[in-house]
Amino acid sequence: MPNRRGKIHPVRSRPKAAAVATLAIGTMLLTGCGPAESVTTLTWYINPDAGGQAAIAASCTEEADGAYRIETSLLPTDAAAQREQLARRLAAGDTSMDIMSIDPPFIPELAEPGFLAPIPEDSVDVFTENVLEGALAGATWKEELVTVPFWANTQILWYRESVAEAAGLDMSQPVTWDQLIEAATEQDKLLGVQGSPAESMTVWINALVESAGGQILENPEAPADELQLGLTSEAGQEAARIIATIGTEGLGGPGLPTSTENTSLTLFQGDDGSFMVNYPFVWPATLGAVEAGSIDQSVVDDIGWALFPAVTEGEDTAPPLGGINLGVGAASDNPDLAYEAIECIVQPENQTEYFITNGNPPSNSEAYDDPAIEEDFPMATTIRDSLELAAPRPQTPFYNEISTGLQQEWSPPNEVDPDQTPEQSQEFITAVLRGERLL
Amino acid sequence: MSSSTINKPDAGDKLKKQKMQHSDRVKAERRMGWYLAGPAFVVMLMVTLYPILQAFFESLFAFRLTAPDEREFIWFANYITILSDSVWWQGLLVTVLITVITVAVELVLGFALALVMSKALKSLKGILRTAILVPYGIITVVSAYAWFYAFDINSGYVNAWFDWVPGIDSDLNWFAQTGTSLFVIMASEIWKTTPFISLLLLAGLAQVPDELTEAAKVDGATWWEQMRKVVIPNMKAAIMVAVLFRALDAFRIFDNVFIMTNGENNTEVLSLLAYRTSISRLEIGLGSAVSVLLFLCVILISFAAIKIFKVDLAGTRGEKK
Repeated sequence: MPNRRGKIHPVRSRPKAAAVATLAIGTMLLTGCGPAESVTTLTWYINPDAGGQAAIAASCTEEADGAYRIETSLLPTDAAAQREQLARRLAAGDTSMDIMSIDPPFIPELAEPGFLAPIPEDSVDVFTENVLEGALAGATWKEELVTVPFWANTQILWYRESVAEAAGLDMSQPVTWDQLIEAATEQDKLLGVQGSPAESMTVWINALVESAGGQILENPEAPADELQLGLTSEAGQEAARIIATIGTEGLGGPGLPTSTENTSLTLFQGDDGSFMVNYPFVWPATLGAVEAGSIDQSVVDDIGWALFPAVTEGEDTAPPLGGINLGVGAASDNPDLAYEAIECIVQPENQTEYFITNGNPPSNSEAYDDPAIEEDFPMATTIRDSLELAAPRPQTPFYNEISTGLQQEWSPPNEVDPDQTPEQSQEFITAVLRGERLL
Repeated sequence: MSSSTINKPDAGDKLKKQKMQHSDRVKAERRMGWYLAGPAFVVMLMVTLYPILQAFFESLFAFRLTAPDEREFIWFANYITILSDSVWWQGLLVTVLITVITVAVELVLGFALALVMSKALKSLKGILRTAILVPYGIITVVSAYAWFYAFDINSGYVNAWFDWVPGIDSDLNWFAQTGTSLFVIMASEIWKTTPFISLLLLAGLAQVPDELTEAAKVDGATWWEQMRKVVIPNMKAAIMVAVLFRALDAFRIFDNVFIMTNGENNTEVLSLLAYRTSISRLEIGLGSAVSVLLFLCVILISFAAIKIFKVDLAGTRGEKK
């Protein structure tokens, strides 16, 4: 009997299931697919975030009122893998590359071979109005705007007020790396820096060299075999001295050779935390940790912020610059529509909302005017000031070679030698760029 | 035992006659074999030979994916650049080191596991085989992450659990030095693939007739003598096939190194070098040349194994010549 029942049951339900399926497919055909065909779909390749870009895509689709529809497509998590995918698709002439979220250092590599659709001349003013200096510098190649600044990232100095106070530092004034090293040494504390041989290492080296008044690359627009590096300059040696001191004196802790932005945050939140250079994501992450109960509220109360440390006393600092710019693929079927959509995406209101919900700072100074920002990010003014001073990483189509070469030669930090490392790395990277060495 | 009979002239003629008689059937079988395997063979050629030829062709060019207009034919200059660079030789050294150590350790462990599986009580056999095979069923990337997080100085527990071992303490950063990084990479590789080698050896063990070991036992051979003089010589074919398969696999190691160190601290292996050159640097010409050289290394290992060590690939199926 049970067998019979078991057999009869599915037979009875089959016509029902078929009817439901037919109805569902019919509904999909009539509603979902029907009208969508008449609306142009733009694909936006986004880097992973907390859902902010998808939300902006949805609101701009609504705002477009049928002129276009933005669909998002997710890129890999790390910046290098994002670049690889974008470059491969663009080189293959993928027509779906309507809008792309691009990390600024990789822009020249995509702009030089003509992989990016030119920005319409009448839109240039719209896209550059009120944009912070640093963000704008990262969006251009050969003095031409090739991408549109969307959000801009920068590192600021996070410090434990108790440690700064004990060291007698006036944090309302610019501080130098040497002061931080001294304070950490005296109090037996650890500095939060990124020593892992990854992109974060290049970010650190570039900020130090630029802050010391130098440049990693002297002639960024030259062809590969004519590129001149500036690592052997005084600025390069000064950068090596700071990294070597932190490495050899153990000021970054035993985890320094593998430390990233996240691990240095954990270190900073711990008992040995003192000073840390890091991105603004630190703030919501720390508040979240308090909420989750993994750290105490007293840690948050003890946290202060200031501009990225200077290398030389009395000289301006040049903080790291990151963020995301928006580009349009040269092979896109709808470049004009894509730029129209970008105009909607980068509106100051959207940037404000994106900062509040996802923690990514706006590239447009107007977006900082919203009082809601100050409430959630009390360090917003510092971030904005930092973005004005920020210096981009070497802007060259061969950025990947330079960055990887630096990571290989300047890590681990305890093996950096100010007398040898800048020269060795300069020779090595130059040989790689001339095609004489493997990387 | 049969050699004396075969050497007799009348027996030899008989054999020749038999061969003549069977030639038609053999021919038909061969034709049938081609009909069955032919389509797969053609597909295999298309998906393997074509990319190999394409890679070789690309390796003769200076070609960067993001500079398509500057593509230039440079003959074998890429090969000269690679072979005159210490990065290649360092990568080759690390790859060979990983291959030799992991295969040797896996062979010993795998043999021990195969013995356990073959001698275990019937009721336990199923559970035992499943338990031993679990690591092999885990995706390499997943196991690489698991090992990475276990040894990581921030999230790992290994330093805390093994701080009684000299040299290990809470400040040991496993992935900051060459030796310790390679140790974790190899340990993960061994953990993951020993089950595979033990399976191959188990098949070899099953081929050793019980009568032989029993006869040796009756003659008073110790366990070690039985192993050395009876079991191991009789499963030589299975051992060599296992070594060849694993050596080829180990030589192409990628996932563990990619996830744990990404080639830092002198842990770069050849597959990673090929990947970084072609995919990360987008240097298609140079990267293709690295891939072709890697392919030649693999061919060399196979050739050495088959010709010098006389690995009999058919032997494991019991088709002894």
